[in-house]
Amino acid sequence: MLLVVNTAAVVKMSVELDVFVGNTTIMDKEVYQLWLNGYTVSDAVKVRMEGGVMEECEASADVLLSDTMDQFRTFQMCERLLQNPAKLANQLLFQIPPDRQAMLIERYYAFDDAFVREVLGKKLSKGTKKDLDDVSAKTGITLKSCRRQFDNFKRVFKVVEELKGPLVENIKQHFLLPDPLARDYAAIVFFANNRFETGKKKLQYLTFHDFAFCAGQLINNWTVGAVDNMVEDMDVDLDKEFLQDLKDLKILIADKDLLDQHKSLVCVALRGKTKVFNEMEANFKNLSRGLVNIAAKLTNPKDVRDFFIDLIEKFIEPCRSDRWTATDVNLYLTHYTNSAHILDSFKHQTVWTRYMGVIKSCILRMYHE
Amino acid sequence: MPGKLKAKIVAGRHLPVMDRASDLTDAFVEVKFGNTTFKTDVCPKSLNPQWNSEWFKFEVDDEDLQDEPLQITVLDHDTYSANDAIGKVYIDIDPLLCSEAATVISGWFPIYDTIHGIRGEINVLVKVDLFNDLNRFRQSSCGVKFFCTMSIPRCFRAMVIHGFVEELVVNEDPEYQWIDRIRTPRASNEARQRLISLMSGELQRKIGLKVLEMGGNAVVGYLQCFDLEGESGLVVRAIGTACTLDKISSTCPAAVVPNLSNSSPSKDMKDSLQAVPSTLGCRSTHSSPVHSASSRLSQGFSVSVPTLLFAGMGSGGSAGKEAGPLKALLRQQTQSALEQREFPFFTLTGFPVGFLLHVGGVVSARSVKLLDRIHNPDEPETRDAWWEEIRQEIKSHAKALGCHAVVGYSESTSICEEVCILSASGTAAILSSRFMQDGALDTEHRFEDTAPPACGFCHIPYDELNMPFPAQLTYCHCCRRHKVPDVLFTTIDVPTEASITGKGCLIQARLCRTKKKAQGEGNATAISNLLPFLEYELHTQLLNKLKLRGMNALFGLRVQISVGDTMLLGLASATGVYLTALPSPGGIQIAGKTPSDLTYEQHVSNMQKKINDTIAKNKELYEISPPEWVEEVIGSPIPESRQRSRIFRSHSESSDEVLELDLSHGKKDAFVLEIDDTDAIEDIHSLLTDAPTPPGFYSCNTEIMPGIYNWTSSLQMFTSVRVFRLSNANLTNQGLNKIFNDLCENLLKSLYFKLRSMVPCCLCHVNFIVAVPEDELIQVAVTAVAMSLDKDQTQENGRQSGDKTLMKAITENEEQLQFPLELSAECPSNPLSSAKGLSEVSGPLPSARAPSVDHSSFTDRCSSWIEQIRLKAHTIRRGSIKTTSSLEKSSPLPDSRSRSLRSNRSCPSSSVAVVKMTPLSFLPGTKIIKYLGIINMFFIRETTSLREEGGVSGFLHSFIAEVFAMVRAHVAALGGNAVVSYSMKECVFMENPNKNQAQCLINVSGDAVIFIRESELEATPSQTQSGNVQTSSNGEGT
Repeated sequence: MLLVVNTAAVVKMSVELDVFVGNTTIMDKEVYQLWLNGYTVSDAVKVRMEGGVMEECEASADVLLSDTMDQFRTFQMCERLLQNPAKLANQLLFQIPPDRQAMLIERYYAFDDAFVREVLGKKLSKGTKKDLDDVSAKTGITLKSCRRQFDNFKRVFKVVEELKGPLVENIKQHFLLPDPLARDYAAIVFFANNRFETGKKKLQYLTFHDFAFCAGQLINNWTVGAVDNMVEDMDVDLDKEFLQDLKDLKILIADKDLLDQHKSLVCVALRGKTKVFNEMEANFKNLSRGLVNIAAKLTNPKDVRDFFIDLIEKFIEPCRSDRWTATDVNLYLTHYTNSAHILDSFKHQTVWTRYMGVIKSCILRMYHE
Repeated sequence: MPGKLKAKIVAGRHLPVMDRASDLTDAFVEVKFGNTTFKTDVCPKSLNPQWNSEWFKFEVDDEDLQDEPLQITVLDHDTYSANDAIGKVYIDIDPLLCSEAATVISGWFPIYDTIHGIRGEINVLVKVDLFNDLNRFRQSSCGVKFFCTMSIPRCFRAMVIHGFVEELVVNEDPEYQWIDRIRTPRASNEARQRLISLMSGELQRKIGLKVLEMGGNAVVGYLQCFDLEGESGLVVRAIGTACTLDKISSTCPAAVVPNLSNSSPSKDMKDSLQAVPSTLGCRSTHSSPVHSASSRLSQGFSVSVPTLLFAGMGSGGSAGKEAGPLKALLRQQTQSALEQREFPFFTLTGFPVGFLLHVGGVVSARSVKLLDRIHNPDEPETRDAWWEEIRQEIKSHAKALGCHAVVGYSESTSICEEVCILSASGTAAILSSRFMQDGALDTEHRFEDTAPPACGFCHIPYDELNMPFPAQLTYCHCCRRHKVPDVLFTTIDVPTEASITGKGCLIQARLCRTKKKAQGEGNATAISNLLPFLEYELHTQLLNKLKLRGMNALFGLRVQISVGDTMLLGLASATGVYLTALPSPGGIQIAGKTPSDLTYEQHVSNMQKKINDTIAKNKELYEISPPEWVEEVIGSPIPESRQRSRIFRSHSESSDEVLELDLSHGKKDAFVLEIDDTDAIEDIHSLLTDAPTPPGFYSCNTEIMPGIYNWTSSLQMFTSVRVFRLSNANLTNQGLNKIFNDLCENLLKSLYFKLRSMVPCCLCHVNFIVAVPEDELIQVAVTAVAMSLDKDQTQENGRQSGDKTLMKAITENEEQLQFPLELSAECPSNPLSSAKGLSEVSGPLPSARAPSVDHSSFTDRCSSWIEQIRLKAHTIRRGSIKTTSSLEKSSPLPDSRSRSLRSNRSCPSSSVAVVKMTPLSFLPGTKIIKYLGIINMFFIRETTSLREEGGVSGFLHSFIAEVFAMVRAHVAALGGNAVVSYSMKECVFMENPNKNQAQCLINVSGDAVIFIRESELEATPSQTQSGNVQTSSNGEGT
């Protein structure tokens, strides 16, 4: 990148050095994006040429090359600061207007959905990083960009892992990210920390935002921070006590009377309201067993990892094969949850609500017709 | 013990990790001033240490206060081995020594290391308590204000402009001392930084002393340069213009202003008259200096360039020419006060209205010297003598042009090994006595009967019978009474009163000449022999390009000659304009040498057509459509105008010869380019290769572009550097020329592309610095500011530009004329005749002119000048209210004013305040309310890991960014929010890619200021400094 030969006048002279420094740092959004995408200078020049900047400004290829190199260099020099966004605001080296700073940070931490789907729930370790070239080949995202995104995940993870208090707020504060992006990062951190399995074939149809939604549900309801914001523990781990309590739900399937009672209550409520009533009635015990078993196994970290695959195998797939609509699922889950409250001998109402609230919204989100 | 310096180290942040094991740093700070050092405690294991030290107090002489910088070194404590230096901060105390500048320095300073660059920041508080010193023989000059600004700074008024001050100090360059063979480059570079900081302090103090001696209180247009002479030493030299400035009063109510200008200035002036010793600007130390050095001179060489022709050249110095009868005559006629000065030079490029009477043309002198070790640093006589010689030359050139002063004066050097080219240039001029304390002496009575000053400066100052060079004279197209030249070259800015047709543009002449490698005297002789040709060609090129653009005058001309081992580079930059007063330039005609050859003729006519087309296109582009009555004059039968002129001429000493002169220059289109050889063809080609600026862009190298009034406050200052390697060693002159030309053109194109988001905009003060750092390397550095224009008004301008210029001329005339009417009660009749009447009274009796008369006229003019400023401010504001408010929304920069006026000091959590930088002396749409002191910084950066730092480009990019950051930090610490008159004086880049090493030296300077937006000024008059509110409210009243 240093000694670039000026192609137009290659015979007689070469540009040995070429810099432009403004008092206010000039940054072109379009070029920034090309840099973030991991383009080489010459590829970026090609893209820009095709974009028609040249005609617009009567520039030559040389000019475009010089500008691109210069901006790439600027971004490279800024990268150190972008990795610690709080520094960007009070560093003295680059005079960048605040709205530009925000843009730089937001775009630097933005990621490709295709990429994040590949690493979501994986351990953010060196090993994973080594496999990034496969990810790059699979997704068509440049290796450089993959690395940036991966390093961003890892950096955010490392910083908030040890922090107390609400996860999203911590991310916002330390990385100055806008709310939606901070929430996405919270999901990524949460998935990485709990190592949820997202890569299995059966899970492929789910988008990152499906998972991010579920992560949000889990963070907001199943972590310690969810019940008590002031608590010492953090948002990244599931509430162990709650997981323990989930075992008590087993009574719903273990106790035959309870199971029958539950089934009849749901059937009464749903009769005539859905086209798949028969299938539902036939499957009730299976479905209920599936959901309660998931709850009961969550104390085991390995089963936590399989949480989503379990939801699919135990609930979503059976429903889908019976051609339930999303409305059917919603209706069923609503009454399934509510009916348990009417069961006299069922004492674990709070845990049940906390559990089923998340399960219901996750399933609904994951249930693509 | 006249001063106490106090420093407090508050905190650090973003420090580098010095201890790999803990990933932390145990930092402490050494604070050093002179020979006294204090230390803070060690703040263990922190990258953001809080020291909150006590106040370290240094009791020092004010001489030391001026010379020495405060040195702050941040170190990492190490129990077992030597402490590691993290980096340093040098703080110039000088701004604290002026009562009107900054009172405290407080803020975050980047910690700088010559190898690692910026490594974190440190928060420092510095104060100075000065005691009154009654010692008459003092060595310090505390309180003298320094300005880089090349005109009277905006919130001051010039009471007296005393004139030229200069000084130089020399020392051995630490880099070349024997000890540096054994010490690290880092240590020697730090020694260099320290030394140069010390030397510039000393230089400033010495110049200040001279100013005090002259009775002044400020130096305006302060130009400081370094000559890195290598083994022979290090020279720091400075020139400037001594003035007595008065802050435009900040307390008195509106009614008092005229009163004040009537009484107090004259009183002040009397006072200063008495106070001033009679040897003005003389250097008593050098009464018997000069030619002890002459044995060292390899060859003296000088060229003077009035307008575009050589008045004289030779290698023998100027003694012989001075004795010419012509000059003796001239000297008698213009026995002005200025001539009694050693050097009647002014570094200013912009002047109070009425100061500049006539402009003769550019004068320049160059001299090639062989460098020799400076044996005794305390007596830098050789270097002094060299400069004195050149200045004498300039002075005599000015005389040859019938001028008694040189304005827009500057000096420069180019060094290649042991050969050094010294250059000086300026604009010969005749000045009014009104700002000179010795103005009571006989002055330019020959010129007192000038027409409206709007065109007055264009009128020739020399005797048309004894013209120093051939030129075509015509009658002024504004007043039609006086002679004007056909073209005018100057080094100054466009005078505010000048009436310009259309818009201007940047014009550059570029030239490259090969030279044989040689040593010592032979080399110097070879260079001397090449110089006149280089200079001649540069001027021919300038003239051609000027004509090609349909323009007739150049402002801000700066010719730079750089010398390398195997080549000489010449770059002349200027801003071309069409002065309404000057005749329309004729076209360019091409004449072939062999008219018989048919194809050749076709070729010639083709080219002719191209040239004509270009001229027509350019005229359209720059909106050059001279008002119709000018055309009339050109087309009208000559006798009429001649008669008019004779009526006027009859009472001046020249007589009917006017007729003959006019006839002898009957042909207007006399400018013919002959294609007699391939060189000429090449020249014409290169004429046509200059690409026009892309739509929406303007460019100039003066402060502002004539013909543009709709500035917004959005601006972007930048520095761009390019180094080209010529890979083919056997290049011809033509090949080299083309490369150099392409290099500059491409650089400009890149700039336009970079700044395209600011369109419509104007690149102002475009300053090129060329250098030949090594064989086969050409370095070009550009510093300029891009200023956005208001879009709506641009369109409006496009539609009615012709009207506008006319309107402008009219209003300007009105402005000028109404003051005598208002202010001089004794002649209330026709303003024109009143002005004339006054001068006629004083004209015949120049020597007997009573001081009181002069004072009254001085005060009149002074107040009228103030009045005018007020009016101008008013009109400018009127024009810009809309633009600034509309811009406020779109500008991405936050409003920095409130932040910087509030004390944002030492509040570690606050984000960084915005500091604007501009090479201009002002910021459009704003008012400068305070000058905080001069910024003059010198940095060296080196690396031994060039590749790792992104190669030469990465290295220099971060260095320039660091320099900007350090300038901004220092300005913010002084409480300022902008640097005006910023310039990069030096950018010396050296590399050794094989060793993975590079090194760069940068010297920058400027004036730190506080500005507020004009819109705010009007909105909140009670909160701002009353002086400015004063003027503005007044302006609204009128």
